[in-house]
Amino acid sequence: MGRFLLRRLANYLVLILVATTLAYFVASVALNPRVRYEGRNPPPPPAVVEQQLTEYGVNDNDPLLGRYLDWMGGVLTGDFGKTVTGGDINGELGSRAMVSLRLLLVGSILGAIFGILVGVWSAIRQYRFTDRFFTAFSFFFIATPVFFTAVLLKFGALEVNEAAGTTLLYYTGYETPGLDAGFWGSVKDQVAHLILPSLSIALGLVALFSRYQRNAMLDVMGSDFLRTAQAKGLTRRRALYKHGLRTALIPMATLLAFSFGTMAVGATFTETIFGWHGMGEWLVESIRNNDINVTATVSLFTAVFILLSAFLSDVAYALLDPRVRVS
Amino acid sequence: MSLPADPLVIADDVALSDSPGQTPPGPDVVVRGRRQLVFRRLRRRKGAMAALVLIVLLWVIAFVGPHIYEAITGWTYANQDFRAFLKPPSAEHWFGTTQIGSDVFAQTMRGLQKSLLIGLLVALISTGLAAIVGAFAGYLGGWTDKVLMWIVDLLLVIPSFLIIAILGREFRDAGWLVLVFLIAGFGWMITARIIRGMTLSLREREFVLAARYSGVGTVGIVFRHLIPNMSSLLIIDATIAVATAIIAESGLSYFGFGVQPPDISLGTLIAEGTRSAFTFPWLFMFAGGLLVLTTLAVSVFGDGLRDALDPNSQRAGGSK
Repeated sequence: MGRFLLRRLANYLVLILVATTLAYFVASVALNPRVRYEGRNPPPPPAVVEQQLTEYGVNDNDPLLGRYLDWMGGVLTGDFGKTVTGGDINGELGSRAMVSLRLLLVGSILGAIFGILVGVWSAIRQYRFTDRFFTAFSFFFIATPVFFTAVLLKFGALEVNEAAGTTLLYYTGYETPGLDAGFWGSVKDQVAHLILPSLSIALGLVALFSRYQRNAMLDVMGSDFLRTAQAKGLTRRRALYKHGLRTALIPMATLLAFSFGTMAVGATFTETIFGWHGMGEWLVESIRNNDINVTATVSLFTAVFILLSAFLSDVAYALLDPRVRVS
Repeated sequence: MSLPADPLVIADDVALSDSPGQTPPGPDVVVRGRRQLVFRRLRRRKGAMAALVLIVLLWVIAFVGPHIYEAITGWTYANQDFRAFLKPPSAEHWFGTTQIGSDVFAQTMRGLQKSLLIGLLVALISTGLAAIVGAFAGYLGGWTDKVLMWIVDLLLVIPSFLIIAILGREFRDAGWLVLVFLIAGFGWMITARIIRGMTLSLREREFVLAARYSGVGTVGIVFRHLIPNMSSLLIIDATIAVATAIIAESGLSYFGFGVQPPDISLGTLIAEGTRSAFTFPWLFMFAGGLLVLTTLAVSVFGDGLRDALDPNSQRAGGSK
């Protein structure tokens, strides 16, 4: 098992390097930071522009490979370079990464747990009301883009707040600025801010996972080994949970890894709509601002996040499926 | 499927007849072709049929609707009503008006046209590309296979949203067709892998070997023997790709990286409407609702089609 996981890890490190490199090159070729200095009044002297661009490592007159190696060397020593306005990327990276991770982790954990539960439940109650209800639910949320769900949730929150007469659910930002309510007060505040954005991510994931989990579970329920388990004296419930669920979870491990990419993109919408200053919002801003270094940094972050979750799903795979451990 | 001895055909005939369990009468047995069987299975699925009707309706509304609307109310997507700014839906403006007096109904239909076209084109291109790449890689093997699969893996890894966003911005003057190719270019890889896997088993089958020994060239085998044999999978994949493409396009347009003005898509309308979704919900709700309706109808239809084309699939197996 150790060797299997090590091999996967090495594979993922190479993929991260490839993805980041490509993102850097595409951003360098397509984005033009020089635009920022054009159209200024009075126009800055060309020499100053050149010097500034070179200082930030984004001058298109310098050789691309050299700039890339400079940036990559910096990243390896923990320095992500400068933004296009001369700010320090490292300073912003920490707070933005925390904001995004909070959203992504809560959203994905909720999505995975409820997706699996809903899927198993629908499979066991196939063609009953519960199953039909959740099938309709999943079709709706698979077909609905995140940005539509998010706005619908905002509408819902508005109604809830009005009905309650007080602000129970927040839909802008990740905390109340300048709030002074002690440790628990601020935890409560942050949770109240977290509910809607995480829901907007989790609903889509629940819909997707529950469909696959339902199919996998139905597959297992018709299998011979489950009948054998019941024949040797296990109750149906015990047979399902002990033998059925574990087998049905194996394909889910792979699906989890694949869906994190979609979720990371979805979080971009969530962050923009709910006013969270996270990595997704940063990416959109950086493309608009012709900010090469920030674009590459966010790509690196996303690649690490996706491949880390892919690695975790490999671990889950190895734990669930003994054949992986043996070979 | 010309011989009545085909067990699948008989089994399905029994299942389809009004009195199951009764063996069909011996001498004048009706033999149905595969196409007919698929249609009959599809017709039995009410959800899928409703979705199909809805899809047809959406196309009709999107392309015919604006002309009827113009005849009734006199508004098109391009002209503005300077007496009605930000007015809610009324008899004159069915979906209300925008800040500058544009008619929301006419604009939404214009956006729906574009979104439907983009969905259809992306699905055709990406599924076609997947079929060709997958079939050639699987059939030829060796270096062709290695190189093509390496490209597939590479495209799977690179951050497609970022690349499309940056390149889409780069080609913003070239119009929405570039966007179609960009979205399609990042949407075919997983299907290509599946096709390759299927080709690997198909290429050893007798009919492929027979074709090869009778002198059919590689291109002929791929296009006349391999790809037609995977048509069910390809049709299903194309259906799914339509919904994915519409969502991808609207997402990109939402951030201003997709369809650029003066073109309108549902995504650009939703992006503009979101800012004032609370105060002026008609700017947002009609475009958003139609988007969800379209993708929902396409995916429900795709689901029914899968069951009809592949009766041995898990879902159909459970639905006996």
